[in-house]
Amino acid sequence: MTQSNSFILDGATIPYTNEQTIIQAAMAAGVYIPHLCYNPEFKPHGSCKLCTVKIKGRQVASCTEKPQAGMVVESNTKELNDERRNLLQMLFVEGNHFCPSCEKSGDCQLQATAYELDMMSPHFDHFYPDRPVDASHPDYLLDFNRCILCSICVSASRDVDGKNVFALAGRGINSHLVVNSKSGDLADTGFSANDKAAQVCPVGVILKKRVGFAIPIGERSFDEKPISATPHPTVKGA
Amino acid sequence: MVSSLNMHKQYLDPILRHRSHNPNSLLQILIGAQEIYGFIHSDAIDYLSSALGLPRAMIEGVASFYSFLYLSPHGEYRVLFSDNITDRMQGNQDLMQSLCNQLWVEPGKASEDGLLWVNTTSCTGMCDQGPAMLVNNIAINRLTQDRIDRICELIREHVPVSDWPAEFFAIEDNIRRRDILLNSHFQAGSALKAAFIRAEAATAQASQGYVAHMIDPAGLDRAADATLQEIKISKLRGRGGAGFSTGMKWEFCRNANGDAHYVVCNADEGEPGTFKDRVLLNSYADLVFEGMTLCAYVIGAKKGFLYLRGEYRYLLEPLQAVLQRRREQNLLGRGILGQAEFEFDIEIHLGAGAYICGEESALIESLEGKRGTPRNRPPYPVTAGYLNQPTVVSNVETFASTSLISLHGGAWYASIGTENSSGSKLFSVSGDCDYPGIYEYPFGVTVAQVLADCGAKNTQAVQISGPSGMCIAAHEFDRRISFDDIPTAGAFMVFDQRRDMFEVARNFVHFFAHESCGFCTPCRVGTALLSNMMDKLNEGQGSPYDLAEIEKLDSLLQSMSHCGLGRTACNPVLHTLAKFRPAYECRLSHKEFVPAFDLDTALSQARRMTGRDDAGAHLEKNHDSK
Repeated sequence: MTQSNSFILDGATIPYTNEQTIIQAAMAAGVYIPHLCYNPEFKPHGSCKLCTVKIKGRQVASCTEKPQAGMVVESNTKELNDERRNLLQMLFVEGNHFCPSCEKSGDCQLQATAYELDMMSPHFDHFYPDRPVDASHPDYLLDFNRCILCSICVSASRDVDGKNVFALAGRGINSHLVVNSKSGDLADTGFSANDKAAQVCPVGVILKKRVGFAIPIGERSFDEKPISATPHPTVKGA
Repeated sequence: MVSSLNMHKQYLDPILRHRSHNPNSLLQILIGAQEIYGFIHSDAIDYLSSALGLPRAMIEGVASFYSFLYLSPHGEYRVLFSDNITDRMQGNQDLMQSLCNQLWVEPGKASEDGLLWVNTTSCTGMCDQGPAMLVNNIAINRLTQDRIDRICELIREHVPVSDWPAEFFAIEDNIRRRDILLNSHFQAGSALKAAFIRAEAATAQASQGYVAHMIDPAGLDRAADATLQEIKISKLRGRGGAGFSTGMKWEFCRNANGDAHYVVCNADEGEPGTFKDRVLLNSYADLVFEGMTLCAYVIGAKKGFLYLRGEYRYLLEPLQAVLQRRREQNLLGRGILGQAEFEFDIEIHLGAGAYICGEESALIESLEGKRGTPRNRPPYPVTAGYLNQPTVVSNVETFASTSLISLHGGAWYASIGTENSSGSKLFSVSGDCDYPGIYEYPFGVTVAQVLADCGAKNTQAVQISGPSGMCIAAHEFDRRISFDDIPTAGAFMVFDQRRDMFEVARNFVHFFAHESCGFCTPCRVGTALLSNMMDKLNEGQGSPYDLAEIEKLDSLLQSMSHCGLGRTACNPVLHTLAKFRPAYECRLSHKEFVPAFDLDTALSQARRMTGRDDAGAHLEKNHDSK
């Protein structure tokens, strides 16, 4: 018999409340499930699929799936981690990611998760999309090359800042992030450095100007601890 | 610049008024705006943004999601060639090339004089009378070289599409075999009357103490349970493909709490090779609308929507006329057929070129004027659908069938077909056969029987239920079409021995990549990768390594995708690889891995820019091998 309001995650008993999804309960218990589009401060989006777990042979996104008492959930298995690595590789080839020259290196959740899951190469053929950088704003720049379409900035701007600066546009492989201005430039939106949306990008799209490399590589969040040991990744540079 | 804003205001205001300035109607407003102006102008977005109180980025996000909406000028004539494999078999590629050559345009690029824009689009649902095209979203079928030549003349002379010869726009039903549904000679209102009589009888019985546990004589919706019972007895299963019990769906929805309940008819018939709903809506619309009204009666809905795919735009006015007649016949509106408490009406919403909106939760997002992204489920639409209220979403054919069930009873319906697949099913037959069109059979018919009836010869394979369905090879033709063996939403595409099954699969893979909504990583990136890999094989760059990669990608998409599109996107490849492997192996021209990147091809842009194509402009190795 398992106690009520707990489920089994890779053999460990995880308590949960009625409001929690699987990943929320796991994080509260200090158990890491790889994820990118999930940020504990916002409603789960369920799009990156990295947090996929297996329940009775069925794979579901743990950020949106609610646990049930006694449920047996597999997460840290070779099969799932292999598939998660494939998803990471997809994200790497979909955009233009050059970690060595990226100022988010060491603070980037995509990079840190790739290290966590032993990703050694991008494996798939690169798409090399043409995504111009938007440096119009005095304080911030947008490097769309690194966007993984997690939508966290969309939620932050809409739900916290009440500004709707960001939105997703296009479809399929042509999906992309747009900003709320006729010119298409960030400078012409209501975006400001104090916005929540300025703080939440898990990769290196939304970057503060003039502070690049202020913290040297080697001393950044994921240089100190792997992402699995950093339950709520924070960005030192911001 | 005031004048520009004023100009857009002039045509947008009536559209906004017609849609009551409702942000949930954004997609309908954008479609209306484009029908008048030809594309969605940036100033129009500004105006809509303030009129609807929506951020302009959100409006751009919605408009750019749908293939048929344009954010830049696309010319006076927007010509889209249907590009299903059946259109290809009928020669659409040569016809498109001919049109492009005659009018000096490149596919995908608007002509510089603003005259036209030509491209391909996913199957337009005219496979029985292809090759097909859409000109300014209106369907033209049976394209021939002669017809293309005439179209070129009309375009060159700027003749408005409304003045083009009427025969261009003729669309046949092509009904080849009729059974209970297509033979029904249905009288508008008869199924509703049957439901009301059944309710009265049940109420009378209840007042005498029988089945009192089930019927509450005071409440209309409880009396309507008598009709729900018939639907359950009929064992009707959804005709959109998934085959969920219609009775259970209606019951779940009826039992769900909400401020309002909604009925939605899914007429976003986007699965390539499927066109049965086109025929039902063209010639059997009363059966469909009456089924929706019955559903409203059972679940207690006041409002219904028919979500009509943009490719069937030509059906909008005829369907609205049917709705208007039904209102005049007191079959819609208040106090339907004297039932004082029963009020229901139906609104038609258009799609705009997005296959994913056939997925019920994506359809609901689209109905709410948003990007058609499938929701996280649960909750399911029966409890949280349109505006998060309990909603029944069913297929056109499903609603039509419920009208028959109300008329003739559930037991009658259950006696037709097989144990687990009651009733009849419409097949959309196309491809290599003498008589393409609509065939209605009781469930359980063999593939061989359908092939014999449609005059198919030397058949190599049949793609059943479209690209997301199953590819059936000759040794399986004695299998039966039913939920127990081969389930189907209706597509039945026939391929004879001349056809290359690799090309069939490649066409379907391109379709899924084009139609992926882009929400989840595996489907967004995976379908594009798969598409590139199939192209790599096709271009003679393939090795056994690539085949293994394709198989790996297939399993990833199946296990990781957010919805059915990604999970089934690999079916065409998986099935043809299993059954027609030589069609792939003959393309593996290399034993060892060869990169997809070809340096000489990469130089083609430089050659175009410099106008050179001499030996010196090519890599030596490639040049020597030619």
